Order: sequence, then C-alpha cells, then structure tokens
Amino acid sequence: MDRAQFLLMVSMLLFTTGLLGVMIRRNALVMLMCMELMLNGVILSLVTFAQHSGTLSGAVLVFLVFVVAAAEIAIAIPIVMQLARQRRTLDVEAWRELKG
Amino acid sequence: MSIGDVLLYFFAAGAVLGGLLMLVARHPMRVALALIAAMLSLAGVYAMLGVHVVAVFQVLIYVGAVMVFMVFVIMLLDVRDASFVRRYGHMLAPGIVAGSLLLVLLAMLAMPGDALPPAPAASGSDGFLVQPFSVAFLEDYWLHFELTSVLLLAAVIGAISVIKGRGRGDG
Repeated sequence: MDRAQFLLMVSMLLFTTGLLGVMIRRNALVMLMCMELMLNGVILSLVTFAQHSGTLSGAVLVFLVFVVAAAEIAIAIPIVMQLARQRRTLDVEAWRELKG
Repeated sequence: MSIGDVLLYFFAAGAVLGGLLMLVARHPMRVALALIAAMLSLAGVYAMLGVHVVAVFQVLIYVGAVMVFMVFVIMLLDVRDASFVRRYGHMLAPGIVAGSLLLVLLAMLAMPGDALPPAPAASGSDGFLVQPFSVAFLEDYWLHFELTSVLLLAAVIGAISVIKGRGRGDG
C-alpha cells in the first residue's frame, strides 16, 4: 500500500465514521459535528488526489469546500438553536413528526 | 522510513482515533474536543504532505472559526436532556450495518490490488506554494471565487432571516 492509498483509506474511514455518527447519534449538535467530520474526510481525499496528480484543481476545490462548510455551519447553528428553543431539547427523537 | 513518514502515520492515526471517539463520547463538548483533535491531526497530515496552505487554513477556518462557534453554542445550549444520557437512537443496528457495508465497498473501490497509476512528471508539492496557488485561483477560477462571495452573502441573509423570522413567532 503506497502513501496515496493509505491516505485514501484514512479519508474513507473518516467519511464512514461521520456518516455513522449522523445516523446513530441522537444529539442534533453531535450530528452537525459528524457532518463536519465527513467534510474533512472528503477534503483529505481531494488533497491526496491533487497532490498525486500534481494539479491545482483539487486545492482550489478544497478552498471552496472550506467556504461551503463555513456557510453551512452559519445556517445550521441558528436552525438548531431555534429547534432547541421550541422544544427545550436537542434530542432529534423529539422531532419525529417531521417528514422527508 | 523517514521521520516525516512516521509523523504522517502518527497524525493519520490521530485523526481516525478522534473520529472514533466522536462516536462514543457522551457529552457534546467532549465530541467537539474530539473533533478538534481530529482536525488538528489532519492539519498535521497536510503539513507533512507539504500542502502548507491547506494546513494553515484548516487550523484557521475549521478550528479557529467553525469549532469555536460550535463550542460557544454548546455552552449556550447546555440543557440536560435525554440525548446526553442515551447516546444512540433507534438507528444503531442498521446504521452500523450500513456503515460497515459502505466502508467495505469504498475499500474495494480504492484497492484494485496494485498501486494507483503513477503521477505525471509535474507532480510534487511545488504547485501548493502560496504564489502559484493564488495565481491559478484568481486567473482560472475567478468565477468560482466570485460565486463564493454570493454564497456567503446568501448564508448571512439566511441566518439572519432564520433568527428573525422564527423569533417573532414565539417571542
């Protein structure tokens, strides 16, 4: 296993761990943080591929992902705060009637 | 194996360990600290790869802005509810099955038996210095750069409208 394959393995582990966290945890904030972990796994694979191919497109994409992650967290945190203010809980099981 | 490789494997193991700790930690603050540890380890991985720009921005943007924001929100919303005591919802068993299946599938995709095709001759970390990166960013990708500012403006307006719109309803 060369270095690029090892880093791809690490990025897959991070992505799967984040996805698992989004699925199994109950706390809304913990689910948000697990989404950040998924983004970090994707960024690691982007950097690996960019360095492996010697092009700059991957690095540019990494910066766009940084910006999108900041925007995502800036939107998601107010939504979670409004949810927590209405039901006085961060438990997603309290929102089971939401569809879709 | 050089000291750089040892440090690379050390930081990679730290990132994976931080991710696994996020799954089992009970309090959201501990999850946030595990995520910060994972992100700092990833910044170490990027620095060991020679991609210093991404490493610096990982620390500045992710740890410095996003995670500090998250830690503040955890302190603001310190309600002792059931999700602190019972960590896992009813998706625990299917989640673990689906996660391990996905991991096996991805590993089969990335491990075709031999190494990745060799990189072209122009490979190396020369392209990741600040100057060529900035030139490429503002010459070839200027449209994406401008669209990014539109996205940020939309995010700001969206956050304000979420707070204001709902806050009027329930006081």
